[in-house]
Amino acid sequence: MADLVSTVVAKYNYWIYITLMMIGLYAMIAKNNLVKKIVGMNIFQTAIILFYVSIGVKKGATIPILQYSHGHDAHLVVHAADYVNPLPHVLMLTAIVVGVATLGVALALAIRIYDRYNTLEEDEILAQIREEK
Amino acid sequence: MKIIGLVISVLTGAFLVYAAVDFPAWSDPASPASTYLSPHFIEKTMEETSVPNIVTAVLADYRGFDTMFETTVIFTAGLVCFFLLRTIRRKEPESRHYRHMLTGVTIQIKEGHKLPPSADFERMDSLWTPPDLIIKTACRLLIPFIQLFALYVIAHGHYSPGGGFQGGVILGASIILLAISHDLRTTIERMSEKLVAILCAVGVLIYAGAGALCLLLGLNFLDYSALAPLLHVDPISARSLGILIVEIGVGVAVMCTMIWIYNNLSSAGKYNQGL
Repeated sequence: MADLVSTVVAKYNYWIYITLMMIGLYAMIAKNNLVKKIVGMNIFQTAIILFYVSIGVKKGATIPILQYSHGHDAHLVVHAADYVNPLPHVLMLTAIVVGVATLGVALALAIRIYDRYNTLEEDEILAQIREEK
Repeated sequence: MKIIGLVISVLTGAFLVYAAVDFPAWSDPASPASTYLSPHFIEKTMEETSVPNIVTAVLADYRGFDTMFETTVIFTAGLVCFFLLRTIRRKEPESRHYRHMLTGVTIQIKEGHKLPPSADFERMDSLWTPPDLIIKTACRLLIPFIQLFALYVIAHGHYSPGGGFQGGVILGASIILLAISHDLRTTIERMSEKLVAILCAVGVLIYAGAGALCLLLGLNFLDYSALAPLLHVDPISARSLGILIVEIGVGVAVMCTMIWIYNNLSSAGKYNQGL
């Protein structure tokens, strides 16, 4: 029992990201409104960003910017254990901005759909498409 | 549909929980993600690129290709918004409304007639809410400082958290703030649609051009040490300066894409007074 509790506590970052990701997935599948689906997609993205950033964390390490790297007291001996993993930060830095850009595309598509069908509810759009056939 | 969605989510969640049992524990220094490549980045960045901010160095130098295509993706997203929404053929309405800014008098001009030449008139749509004076003034005062901070974030990205993406987004946000607090027409007067579109492409071009210049100087694509003879510095400082050039390109591209997407979305492609 104590073993299980320590496992759950030691990996709490994974439980948070899984919960968030499934909330996003559920919203994308079950919600009827297209804007709510887009919101779900964004929650999904946020979960992935959280996951990546939490992978990079090291115990007792600081942000990945080298200290005392210039000037008279510069020392070039750097220990990898003193700085958190920079790689997930780099990946997520670009992913956040790309996420905003794709959100723009999704909203543009939603505007176009609203122009055409005068609604954003999925079942009403499908009914209109069936009528046209 | 709701039940199917719930079942799929719970099942996927259960699989992910099962997989997460084998994952390394939180903040474990010996986790696989932190042992293979990242020690090299942390320990060698200073001697190879002389950039203390490892994230910047990895972003623009070691993973330069990735970032270049990310910038292209952002540019493409801006382009897609433009093509989806922009109504190119402009049908002039039967009458336009103008507002005299000093007195608040609204006049209506029928099609084919012209406004008397005066700078006091402001074009308005049929639905118009007066912008709040306090918000307008506060934003006017804030915007220059926001832009100054954004330039600092881009230029100081080598030594502190920051860089092209972050600075570009802040710059874009300052222009969007102007569009929200005033109206979209004021923004387009200061930064026309054409300028935004061209700068968007110029940003990507600066990035790709810096890479191609390295190719022309005899080294690999995006190997900035080739720029050393041009910049009169040693190859390691040249890599640091090359990163700065690339970050400026990213900043310009990101700023203009954010403005472009906002302009198209907020007015649904009509470029009227916006939100």
